[in-house]
Amino acid sequence: MGLFVNITLDGITNGMVFAALALALVLIFRATKILNFAQGAMAMMTTFIGFTLLNRGLGYWWALVAVLAIAFVLGALVERVLIRPLQGKSELNPVIVTIGLLVVLEGLAGAIYGNSSRGFPPAYSQSGLTIGHTKIAFSHFDIFILVAVLVLMVGTLALFRATTLGLRMRASAFSGEISRLLGVRVGRLLTLGWALAGVAGALAGFLVAPTSSFSPYFMDLILVYAFTAAVIGGLESPVGALIGGLITGLSISYVGGYLGSGLQPLGALVLLMVTLMARPEGIFARPTARRV
Amino acid sequence: MSGAGNLADADLLPGTPPDAAGADRSWLRHLRLPEQPLARHLILALGGGGILYLVTSSLSPYNDFLVGEIALYLIALAGLSLLTGVNGQISLGHGAFMAVGAYTIALLMTHTQLNFILELLASVGAAAVLGVVIGVPATRLKGPYLAGMTLLLALALPPIADKWSSTFGGDQGLTTTVPTAPGNINPEEWLTWIELLGALITLVLLANFLRSRFGRMLRAVRDDEIAASLAGIHVARTKVTAFVISAACAGLAGAFLGLSTGVVSTGEFPLPLSIQLLAAMVIGGTGSLMGMWWGAVLLVYLPQWSTSISSHLNLGSDVSAYLATIIFGAVLIVAMIAAPSGIQGGLRLAWGRAVRLWSGLTRKQIQPTRTG
Repeated sequence: MGLFVNITLDGITNGMVFAALALALVLIFRATKILNFAQGAMAMMTTFIGFTLLNRGLGYWWALVAVLAIAFVLGALVERVLIRPLQGKSELNPVIVTIGLLVVLEGLAGAIYGNSSRGFPPAYSQSGLTIGHTKIAFSHFDIFILVAVLVLMVGTLALFRATTLGLRMRASAFSGEISRLLGVRVGRLLTLGWALAGVAGALAGFLVAPTSSFSPYFMDLILVYAFTAAVIGGLESPVGALIGGLITGLSISYVGGYLGSGLQPLGALVLLMVTLMARPEGIFARPTARRV
Repeated sequence: MSGAGNLADADLLPGTPPDAAGADRSWLRHLRLPEQPLARHLILALGGGGILYLVTSSLSPYNDFLVGEIALYLIALAGLSLLTGVNGQISLGHGAFMAVGAYTIALLMTHTQLNFILELLASVGAAAVLGVVIGVPATRLKGPYLAGMTLLLALALPPIADKWSSTFGGDQGLTTTVPTAPGNINPEEWLTWIELLGALITLVLLANFLRSRFGRMLRAVRDDEIAASLAGIHVARTKVTAFVISAACAGLAGAFLGLSTGVVSTGEFPLPLSIQLLAAMVIGGTGSLMGMWWGAVLLVYLPQWSTSISSHLNLGSDVSAYLATIIFGAVLIVAMIAAPSGIQGGLRLAWGRAVRLWSGLTRKQIQPTRTG
């Protein structure tokens, strides 16, 4: 029983991280129909920059703020420089460009920081809390992860639901041409979407680095888990990303806890394939008609 | 308009004539080869094989080894080119199919005394079976979804071999042995010839296949799934077949990789392998078979060149280990933005210009080429 509770708690924490990265994928996909395969590598890069800042003696919170700001700029830059020139071309072209970016960023991180895993400091203690007399696999740092991702989610929802800017972003994702006719600067909003996705991804990287083997490839698996989460959630909705993240996190955790961690990616693959076979549009997407 | 359908008017394949296998014929036209595809492809393969035989006989064993590597990557790239370029499906997981091929031949060599050819065919078959498993759900997926699923496949498969390490040898891996060479041919050369023969057979089969009715069906499905199904093509079956053929090619390539390294372990099939295959395919010229020669040469020689560059410039060990990766990714991005049809597309364009220039100079009526 204790094992089950601990695995579940672990799954929830992981699920929140997957949800943050899934949110990044969703933010870009709903606006541009592009799946950003470099999202994990971008988060890896910003986390390494944060690692350097921490080593230079910057405080944790200032480093986090700096990393999120850098991620914002990086996301915007990627959209402007790499993705914009491909507008209106086949959907495979941007996919391949983001894969190229993934390769370059992992190569750069490897060239600068080397291939070895390092320890990344957490914000709070990582030792489990004690409830009554039993120690559970849930630490202060896990609470911080939960709160941070929830704040990110609520912030994103508030942006989309309650502000004019969010309304414009939704409008330009819904129909770029009509929004442009109504005076919305669609191009700028696309850049903003990529920048916000960069922030969400960077937060995920910063939060997960202490609990993973922090090396240039540490976000690869987390990216595919986040992709699974985003697909389960329908790739279009932030709430779907959160729920998809939790479903993926829990499934991965149970597979790891009862069958061994080596089978976790396979578990995610099965989960993804089952979802795609049963509901290709995800659980939360409305059915769409395809025009001939 | 279906998602994959955009590929035809897209820039991944600009100027690709309807028959991608025949796309490289522009310069071959002047050789006055027979029109019958099988005869033409066989003559080309025999000619190419003869040249390669002469070249490899004069090379050092190490360079022979590199030529063999080119041949095996060529096999995997040709299958990938068929899948992505001709059928419009993207795969980021071809390293996994290679792993299946490699482990199959290694397991057979460890536990059985089968004939070498049968072992190779079993590797191809095992990869093809995985191709069915992945290809069937893939028929319902559009580009980015399929890319994500195959990416997950590339990450999910290698840990299985670690999990059941008593069967798959774990980190140590399984050993393979190259069949003994007849006479006094040295072993590197012998393996290289086997690999080259495999590559030429694969190319002839694929080129013929692309010129057949089925090849046209693949393209029809790529260009517009709905129109293709209205024309009586079974879209799902066509897509699964493309996936299976592509996976089978990767399986053969994997078996050869297992033979050439002598050891099959999980470390040889990391995610970067799958990604590099896709990158090399794009840089070589998506959808073309001849273009895959460029991609395979790049896969094998880029690490060599970057090592010599970094030792020349006295770069640190970390930099030199990752220089090839960085160059590869950067070339992929630049190619995608500036020249999406890859090296082969660029050469085709240049050849078309040269032909037009020449015909202008000689004022002779020349058949209009589609390459221009």
